[in-house]
Amino acid sequence: MVMEKELRLMKGNEAVAEAAIRAGVDGYFGYPITPQTEIIEYLMEANPSKTTGMVVLQAESEIAAINMVYGGAACGKKVMTSSSSPGISLKQEGITYIAGAELPCLIVNVVRGGPGLGTIQPAQSDYFQATKGGGHGDYHLIVLAPASVQEMADFVDLSFELAFKYRNPVMMLSDGAIGQMMEKVYLSPQKERSKIVPDWATTGKPATRERNIITSLDLDPDRQEMFNRKLVAKYNEIREKEVRFEEFQCEDAEYLLVAYGTSARVCQKSVQIAREQGIKVGLLRPITLFPFPTKRISNLAAKVKGMLSVEMSAGQMVEDVLLSVNGKVPVYHFGRMGGIVTTPEEVVESLKSKLIGG
Amino acid sequence: MVEFSGIKEIIKPENLVYKKTNIMTENTLSYCPGCGHGTAHRIIAEIIGEEGLQSEAIGVSPVGCSVFMYNYIDIDWQEAAHGRAPAVATAIKRLLPGKFVFTYQGDGDLAAIGTAETIHACNRGENILIIFINNGIYGMTGGQMAPTTLPGMKSSTSPYGRDVKTMGFPLKITDIVATLPGSYYVTRQSVHTAANVKKTKKAIRKAVQYQKLNKGTCLVEIVSNCPSGWKMTPVQSNKWMEENMFPYYPLGDLKTPEELPTK
Ligand SMILES: Cc1ncc(C[n+]2csc(CCOP(=O)(O)OP(=O)(O)O)c2C)c(N)n1
Ligand code: SF4
Repeated sequence: MVMEKELRLMKGNEAVAEAAIRAGVDGYFGYPITPQTEIIEYLMEANPSKTTGMVVLQAESEIAAINMVYGGAACGKKVMTSSSSPGISLKQEGITYIAGAELPCLIVNVVRGGPGLGTIQPAQSDYFQATKGGGHGDYHLIVLAPASVQEMADFVDLSFELAFKYRNPVMMLSDGAIGQMMEKVYLSPQKERSKIVPDWATTGKPATRERNIITSLDLDPDRQEMFNRKLVAKYNEIREKEVRFEEFQCEDAEYLLVAYGTSARVCQKSVQIAREQGIKVGLLRPITLFPFPTKRISNLAAKVKGMLSVEMSAGQMVEDVLLSVNGKVPVYHFGRMGGIVTTPEEVVESLKSKLIGG
Repeated sequence: MVEFSGIKEIIKPENLVYKKTNIMTENTLSYCPGCGHGTAHRIIAEIIGEEGLQSEAIGVSPVGCSVFMYNYIDIDWQEAAHGRAPAVATAIKRLLPGKFVFTYQGDGDLAAIGTAETIHACNRGENILIIFINNGIYGMTGGQMAPTTLPGMKSSTSPYGRDVKTMGFPLKITDIVATLPGSYYVTRQSVHTAANVKKTKKAIRKAVQYQKLNKGTCLVEIVSNCPSGWKMTPVQSNKWMEENMFPYYPLGDLKTPEELPTK
């Protein structure tokens, strides 16, 4: 029997929470911070401990919450946390330990403007932190960038699929606009919580197996380097197999916009406006920020005259676009900051002044 | 020099009155001679064996000298970030409520960097056991001042002795935990004499049994020595501990279930 998807009108944050229950997540550990507090509020209200048995816990800090995620993930459970920028900074210690212990989990970042306490308005200024490591040591998260409430819901399941496949933490890098906006969303039917226990999980050592140890420590330089090489190989496999992106009117494009999340929505409109003015513009929307669609952008660089990376930041993703293009065509950045969402017209103006010349 | 053949003669099976519990692995302990950590490990391993908890136990090791505890006791382990063991253990126990979940933490780990995690896990009454080794110093990093360092006590970061006016007072975190409604059994013991080893073993066994009731957090503090950090011989360190540590951290139960107000 094929179960129908249920149609609801929801905020992005609520969609993540509802999708987590339906995906059969075992545990959520969080700490309130705007603009993502609806996630824990929704979960507390829904009280899934009574239905699916999902544990929902308000921790004393983001540090405690991410370490709870570490503990739960090391038991082989599907566990997650969510926060916004200042809270994600606090979680970095736990995130690098999770990456170092090769544990699967989902971390949702509903980004707000910074640095410091910054603003509670949407921004995309945590790109570096999300894609380049964030905490100490050589590691990568798999980073998914939703551009709609629907994707905030859908990416919960996808995140856990990737997290368990690669034993790697996954970050859903959203922003305050998508987290707060209401859209219609099709919700998947309720899944049962998984009863599968991964063979590496710490669940109490039966007589039938060796003890399982979850750690990120190895004082032997040769073994540690071997482990680092193993991580590099894993990240390369992810780069090879898991790149996701979407193209919009790229077939005949002479200029390319590159944008993710909220900026990608804005840029769709910019493409339309520019084309009405006779400028052939396309949009490439990276869905995975790590792995980045380097090859596709490199291929498009052979076809277009220039690219504009549009982000609500001082210019972070633009560095990855530049690396992908590798000097073949000019690449510029345009973005608003401080919690201001770029307008489609501003993007077209920037495109014209930077790439087309008036 | 002791002849090896002589020792072999002595440890003939008929002479053995005590042997290694099979819950301890064959790995060599990394602790300094005379350090209390090894004794505390042994007690925990014995109880896990005697109570038949090997398949139930999930330990959380700290950052500190006992970071490698997972190499020594043959159960499932997670190694936590510095101070975060109670948060890690919280999730393990919530997600696997039938298991026996415990942390093992030093005073720097538990009472400095991990104070929030300790207090809040106990305040939520997480059904975990916390074993707290209080040696008044940061052992692993080479003898720096800990929150538990005594007034006037010298360490590499209090070379003229801990001046409470500028460096604060020793933190009796176990006393604080005992005041929290979430804690169920809180006791302070030591492992420096055979008699104290017996008492500590009894206390940990009680804590393990209380744990099964799921009525709140159990915390067993073990006031211990750090001969290397204190720059003493093991014998001197035990004497110094009795004379200086015990008056400040008196041994005995701080909270026992019997004393809980009956509703
Ligand atoms: C975040 C972080 N800060 C500092 C350290 C360095 N460090 C390692 S062990 C330790 C103190 C350990 O002392 P304690 O908890 O008392 O345990 P002991 O070694 O005495 O058993 C410190 C500060 C670290 N590993 N991680
Ligand atoms: S440094 Fe101190 S606590 Fe650490 S093993 Fe040596 S004596 Fe024990």
